[in-house]
Amino acid sequence: MAAMSADAARKRRPRITRRRVMENVTGYLFISPWIVGFLVFTAYPMLISIYYSLTSYNVLRPPEWIGLENYHELFFEDDRFLTTLFNTAYYVAFSVPLGLVLGFLVALLLNQKIPFMPFWRTVYYLPAVTPIIASSVLWIWVLEPNFGLLNRALALVGIDGPGWLTSPAWSKPALIIMSLWGVGGGMIIYLAGLQGIPQQLYEAAAVDGANSWHKFWHITIPMMSPVLFFNLIIGIIASFQTFTQAYVMTGGGPVDSTMFYVLYLWLNAFDYFRMGYASAMAWVLFIIILVITLLTFRVIAPRVYYEFGSERG
Amino acid sequence: MAVITLRRKSRARSATVEPRGLGHYLAFLVLVLGALVVMAPFAWLILTSLKPENEVLNLNPIPSHFTFQNYKDAFTLVPFLTFTRNSLFIAIIHMAGVVTTSSLVGYGFARIRFWGREPLFIFVLSTMMLPGAVTLVPVFIIWRNFNLIDTYWPLIVPAWLGGGPFYIFLMRQFFRTIPGELEESARIDGASTLRIWWQIMMPLSKPAVTTIAIFSFMESWNDFIGPLIYLSDTSLFTLPLGLNQFVSQHGTEWGPLMAASAMVAFPMIVLFLVAQRYFVQGIVLTGLKG
Repeated sequence: MAAMSADAARKRRPRITRRRVMENVTGYLFISPWIVGFLVFTAYPMLISIYYSLTSYNVLRPPEWIGLENYHELFFEDDRFLTTLFNTAYYVAFSVPLGLVLGFLVALLLNQKIPFMPFWRTVYYLPAVTPIIASSVLWIWVLEPNFGLLNRALALVGIDGPGWLTSPAWSKPALIIMSLWGVGGGMIIYLAGLQGIPQQLYEAAAVDGANSWHKFWHITIPMMSPVLFFNLIIGIIASFQTFTQAYVMTGGGPVDSTMFYVLYLWLNAFDYFRMGYASAMAWVLFIIILVITLLTFRVIAPRVYYEFGSERG
Repeated sequence: MAVITLRRKSRARSATVEPRGLGHYLAFLVLVLGALVVMAPFAWLILTSLKPENEVLNLNPIPSHFTFQNYKDAFTLVPFLTFTRNSLFIAIIHMAGVVTTSSLVGYGFARIRFWGREPLFIFVLSTMMLPGAVTLVPVFIIWRNFNLIDTYWPLIVPAWLGGGPFYIFLMRQFFRTIPGELEESARIDGASTLRIWWQIMMPLSKPAVTTIAIFSFMESWNDFIGPLIYLSDTSLFTLPLGLNQFVSQHGTEWGPLMAASAMVAFPMIVLFLVAQRYFVQGIVLTGLKG
């Protein structure tokens, strides 16, 4: 018996290793599209852009090595760079937290036993499926100072609305308001999450005499925290790269008040043909986003509740 | 016994009293008001686009009579049919690429055991957080060096190389829910892994495939910055670029402008209304386990 099993094991072993090798080869062949894509469109570009960022490069002539000059100019000579940093930080600081709270709030409202729930969900989600170019054009008209929808609505309640996109003080708030119009994109994710919370948790809490507020604070929030956290991170990264609205609606104006980081990067690259300078900007942006993401992880991740024994990997 | 009755009581209370409280009606009211605010710009768009030219700046948002003149004007001012054809062409090839390659890669990560699979998959996921703006310039230079500016290649090729971590993740998650016995028996019958993927896994994954097909179609259709960077020949323009050109040339002709925006947005809104459950499904598949 024992001899037979040893014999069988000896026979099996080489077959297993051959199969193992084959399986490894097959596996890498299957994921090869991603490997090629990653190397060609992410890894190589990132590395080569470090080199570009140390050169003066207008595309027509070969890059010319200038050391850290681009970075020096960015930090010490280019006032516009600081303006774009401020504008972007302003936009992120308001649109991300407000969008998160508002989207979550709508999801909470929708998660109650409400008639025609799919209809309301559709209504709130529509802005998220509208092409950004179409919503930008629509909002130019909504924000038009004299005949636009927003100022007409404000006039109804006796408020003389500002010039919005024509006013340096109101252009950023205008774009933030527009971003809040699209909170449905996050809402639908929260809603799916809320519906995944086991009902027994609430029932058990009710047995223990918990009121709605307790249930919300001790069940809903912890159970939703991974989803909220994920959306916070993705929201920060995406808002830092706001481009289309500013490009289409204001071109960065008035007086650079909506000149966001990526818009300025884009102008340097494709309007002024300063590829080296734009590459330096890209790397600075990468570092900024990395640091902020890591900080967010450090501060918030310990508070995020991951269900014990949840299926992973 | 006492415990049981207590439990019954409290359950009954939470089921009947709570949802019908004042708070419930207040919540509903807030929800409806919010929905009105969200819909108002859409209504504004449609109403403006259907107004006669001399009424666009009128205080009354409702036109005296409805006219499609603005839509006709939009077509004559800008070659929208060409743009629509271009957008459609790119979106279909983009979608085909994403569906094919992201499911290949997703299957690899879901079912084939290869060395370093788990860390590599986590790495794929972490690239989701990479800001796209960082590779904007160097990728442009790559395409320029290949002399492929003003072609559709830069907009299509990345879709055929996995299409991005989101789609790979979604397909992998779905493949993992399919029981393994089917593959086992096919393998015993001598089917290759590629055949198993194509003839067994893909047909079983229709819901997930539909979801990524819709998402990727939409991604391509809505893309603005890609075409903006790579296309300068007007005859190659996509709809978003055409609309952008329209804005810069006819910036205050609100009627035709709104008609044009409506035409760009309309297909996506219809697609969403028709395929809503696939959107929700895609979110359930990815959003929750992230």
